Amino acid sequence: MATYHMITPLSDEDVSKLEAGDIVYLSGKIYTARDAAHKRLVDLIEAGEELPFDLQGSVIYFVGPTPPKPGEPIGSAGPTTSYRMDSYSPTLIKHGQKGMIGKGKRNQAVKDACKEHKAVYFGATGGAGALIAKAIKSAKVIAYPELGPEAIRELEVEDFPVTVINDTKGNDLYQMGREKYEVKD
Amino acid sequence: MREIAYDDLVKSVKAMVMHTASHLPEDALKAIEKAYKEEKSEVAKSVLKQILDNAQLAREEDRPLCQDTGLAVYFVNVGEDVKVVGGSIRDAINEATEQAYKDGYLRASTCDCFDRHNLKDEVGYNLPAVIHFDIVPGDKIDIEYAAKGGGSENVSRATVLAPAQGKEGILNFVKQVISDAGPNPCPPIIVGVGIGGTFEVAAKSSKHALFREAGTQNPDPDLDAFEKEIMTELNKLGIGAMGMGGTQTVLAVHIEKNPCHIASLPVSVNVQCHSSRHSHITL
Ligand code: SF4
Repeated sequence: MATYHMITPLSDEDVSKLEAGDIVYLSGKIYTARDAAHKRLVDLIEAGEELPFDLQGSVIYFVGPTPPKPGEPIGSAGPTTSYRMDSYSPTLIKHGQKGMIGKGKRNQAVKDACKEHKAVYFGATGGAGALIAKAIKSAKVIAYPELGPEAIRELEVEDFPVTVINDTKGNDLYQMGREKYEVKD
Repeated sequence: MREIAYDDLVKSVKAMVMHTASHLPEDALKAIEKAYKEEKSEVAKSVLKQILDNAQLAREEDRPLCQDTGLAVYFVNVGEDVKVVGGSIRDAINEATEQAYKDGYLRASTCDCFDRHNLKDEVGYNLPAVIHFDIVPGDKIDIEYAAKGGGSENVSRATVLAPAQGKEGILNFVKQVISDAGPNPCPPIIVGVGIGGTFEVAAKSSKHALFREAGTQNPDPDLDAFEKEIMTELNKLGIGAMGMGGTQTVLAVHIEKNPCHIASLPVSVNVQCHSSRHSHITL
């Protein structure tokens, strides 16, 4: 279990050295998107149109924050459950996305895409929304404001704490961790 | 007949809802601290530390503990000798919920089940609140409240077992539900188990079981022993905090049982994440 500090956008080299269980502090720009926004991004790719942000090396955070209090960049902003993005993530990974941040299990297609195209799935701590918000220095809506909490936001983050769940070698921390601590009678 | 003014009821419920969003109750805090001390996995320990730091920050800066500020769920016991003047109890609770979500900058998460659109606004309008009423003797109104997130609700399950399956069948069902859930409900979790009654009574009991203070004993010695047995078995699954592997998956198991039909054994499992935001007031 190693600890890294990384700055986005991430390169193939960055993600290739990460292993399931490593802790990473991310800084730089990341983008928020949930199911509705993912669907629109994939539709754009399929139509051959331009995306609202550069996908190359990008990290997408699955989050629907609480409304910000006046004067604050964002409200509480912990991860949402990731499987709802499973049908869209492989397409985005194929087109250059390097990282996803969420919580909970991914399907085999996502894990395969991570291996084939070099990308990682990071887990953030669910229910740590207040703490994570501290790592978010600014937020601005860059697409689909009509989606409310689901709009795409560009976040400037500093030492955003995440753990590698699925790495580029096909490892899955959820499986490995559980096997290690499972007690079989 | 004792009277309570509608506005007073709104004010008390609103204050409770706003406070609960940012203040993790003592019982949950203690249980998580204990898990932190006992956890063997370094990764899981670091997650538990984040959860504790988050609780402290949320409390000190009055920020929502989690961005999923839940559906507002209430169990309300209304005394036979008390009445609310100036409006209905249901309206007062709904009004208090709307105001609290709005003034507290809490996320409204209620939507239509088909078009998935929020029923009114993103902020504030988290209606209708889920309210379970009961009529009891006395002249008080007793309100238990929880902000119930979606992640842990999504993995909850109910079934009706054959009576012959008994305790072993119940244990296996609970184990299967929690094993399938894995990292998704934000472990460490509290597991509410409703046993007996009819199908819907079991489900409601499993929800109400989550309102009991974690760490308190079940007054029924038989159920107390069964809770401990289930908890030991569940912790053997090795899921750990946020599913990253560990010895501390379950903070508590709470059982509520009811008499049931001679032909059936309903069982319901309602899961509560570590962000166990609940409160209680008596008026
Ligand atoms: S399961 Fe609980 S802690 Fe996790 S995101 Fe949902 S409400 Fe928050």
